[in-house]
Amino acid sequence: MDQAASATMLHRGEVPAWAVNLGVGIVIAALIPVSISFDKYIDNYVLDVLIRIGVAIILAVSLNLINGITGQFSLGHAGFMALGAYTGGVLLKHYQHQIHGALLPPVFIGVTILGGLVAAIAGLIVGIPTLRLRGDYLAIATLGFGEIITVVLNQIESIGKFEVGGSAGLHNIPHVTNFFWTYAWVVICVVVIARLVYSAKGKPFFAVREDEIAAAAMGIDTTYYKVAAFVIGAFFAGVAGVLSATLSGNLDPGDFNFVKSIVIVVMVVLGGSGSITGSVLAAILLTYLPEQLRAFEDWRLVIYALLLIVMMLVRPEGLLGNRELWWKRKTAMV
Amino acid sequence: MLLSVNGLTVCYGVITALREVSIEIDRGEIVALIGANGAGKTTLLRTISGLLKPTGGEISWCPPAAQVKSDAKTLEYFGATKDLVGMRADQIVRLGISHVPEGRQVFANLTVRDNLLLGAFTLRKRSDIEEGLERCFGLFPVLAERKNQRAGTLSGGEQQMLAIGRSLMGRPKLLLLDEPSLGLAPLIVRQIFQIIREINLHGTTILLVEQNAHMALTVANRGYVMQTGRIILSDKAANLLENAEVKKAYLGG
Ligand SMILES: Nc1ncnc2c1ncn2[C@@H]1O[C@H](COP(=O)(O)OP(=O)(O)OP(=O)(O)O)[C@@H](O)[C@H]1O
Ligand SMILES: [Mg+2]
Repeated sequence: MDQAASATMLHRGEVPAWAVNLGVGIVIAALIPVSISFDKYIDNYVLDVLIRIGVAIILAVSLNLINGITGQFSLGHAGFMALGAYTGGVLLKHYQHQIHGALLPPVFIGVTILGGLVAAIAGLIVGIPTLRLRGDYLAIATLGFGEIITVVLNQIESIGKFEVGGSAGLHNIPHVTNFFWTYAWVVICVVVIARLVYSAKGKPFFAVREDEIAAAAMGIDTTYYKVAAFVIGAFFAGVAGVLSATLSGNLDPGDFNFVKSIVIVVMVVLGGSGSITGSVLAAILLTYLPEQLRAFEDWRLVIYALLLIVMMLVRPEGLLGNRELWWKRKTAMV
Repeated sequence: MLLSVNGLTVCYGVITALREVSIEIDRGEIVALIGANGAGKTTLLRTISGLLKPTGGEISWCPPAAQVKSDAKTLEYFGATKDLVGMRADQIVRLGISHVPEGRQVFANLTVRDNLLLGAFTLRKRSDIEEGLERCFGLFPVLAERKNQRAGTLSGGEQQMLAIGRSLMGRPKLLLLDEPSLGLAPLIVRQIFQIIREINLHGTTILLVEQNAHMALTVANRGYVMQTGRIILSDKAANLLENAEVKKAYLGG
């Protein structure tokens, strides 16, 4: 094969970074007028569901990086979400009288990133020892982590002069989240993770999932990639936590127990482990459907379980398997 | 000498799989390692490539740092000797030791091309990666035809070629091959051994583990015979082929 042919083969379909950044910038900017008109014309309830769908997308896509793409099995995603939610909730509640008007947007961006960072640091601390474990052991260790977070949050009434709320929960958090903030983060989360794993540098994530020993034999530092997936996934779970805390205005440690983690796992499995667009679809579906089935609220988990069982029987690879909905190039990874 | 293993002992829990194993590999050689099932051959390769940690012994790597020509004589300057024990697998790959694991272990759900690109993981320059792809497609034209196919859907022989091609992408100085003929038809086996010889002629030193002792000793310069975790014999490959004990135990008569 001649040089030119192999060169195009190597770079085929790769969009230059500046174009992607520009595109993301335009999309996020376009969200501003959309958000303003939604605030004006759309029913509050519908807007609330839309925002919760956005939060679910961030949670599912970020967990997919850990569970689907890198092939680990984490059951602690709600724990990372809780850390972000409480970081954001506690700070915004405490300082709500100092920050308003023009100060609010930059502070909110900062607080959201901070919530993500707190979760990411926890991800690093939890990930380094536990990612040596495999399969069921990792699942149990991360499950334990999530439960510890819930229990600890239940015990802490306050940290210094900051109110945390303990088992009574934290209430009256300012409602800062809106359509714009949520979907700006959705776009960032999806683009960052898709670019990370589908670039030439991202193949090791899939290699770790496929075969850890062979990956190590290729010179891939498998622990590094597992921890990286864990930390990045935790970051976005923390971000989703901040968004959801400032949506409802209330936080209860019980919101972040293992049931929440399992709901996110179900989204990833249903959408297809390894498929980012699959996670997006499943997050939409599994947030929207329960709204329609309010009458069956008590049966929600039963319905989830049945859905999973049917899925495993009929289509074990999930809605999209590990393909993507579009992007021709991505199917090449399959 | 390129690699020397000295008094290596490896345990799996209470089971001692290798006892005081010592081998040496010179630059440019093909060295065969033969032995019955469970002798410890795979264990030795996995320890060299850093996938297992030994309980004792050392593995020294002395790569030629540079070749300098002076008056029609080629002088080799050897780089600093490194002890591989305690290094991570990925660091060892970067030194130029590449391992083709037993049972092929290609990334089944990734394409042939992505498998090869993963083999080039340690390379930084795009031109090196492209050159590696070309070299690999040159050695294995069938892989070029199937570059967009899922590796898991290749035939056994093709998967073996992919596994070898993948490990050549990083331009290794030493290639560790674990049973490349496993489960392949005689014709394909001959083809694979032909390619092993070719790879060696291009300057890659090879440590070859094989059940197919006859084939292995035919292509190799020297050989080691392993039995229950120990090296019991070592000689020129031609001599081992004539050795009565080896004939009886490994060459079927
Ligand atoms: N993970 C493990 N845990 C415990 N024992 C092991 C493990 N792997 C290998 N062994 C034991 O170590 C010994 C050497 O195994 P090894 O795989 O190195 O043999 P081998 O020479 O490669 O055999 P074969 O030709 O069948 O591949 C065997 O007795 C085997 O049972
Ligand atoms: Mg073996």
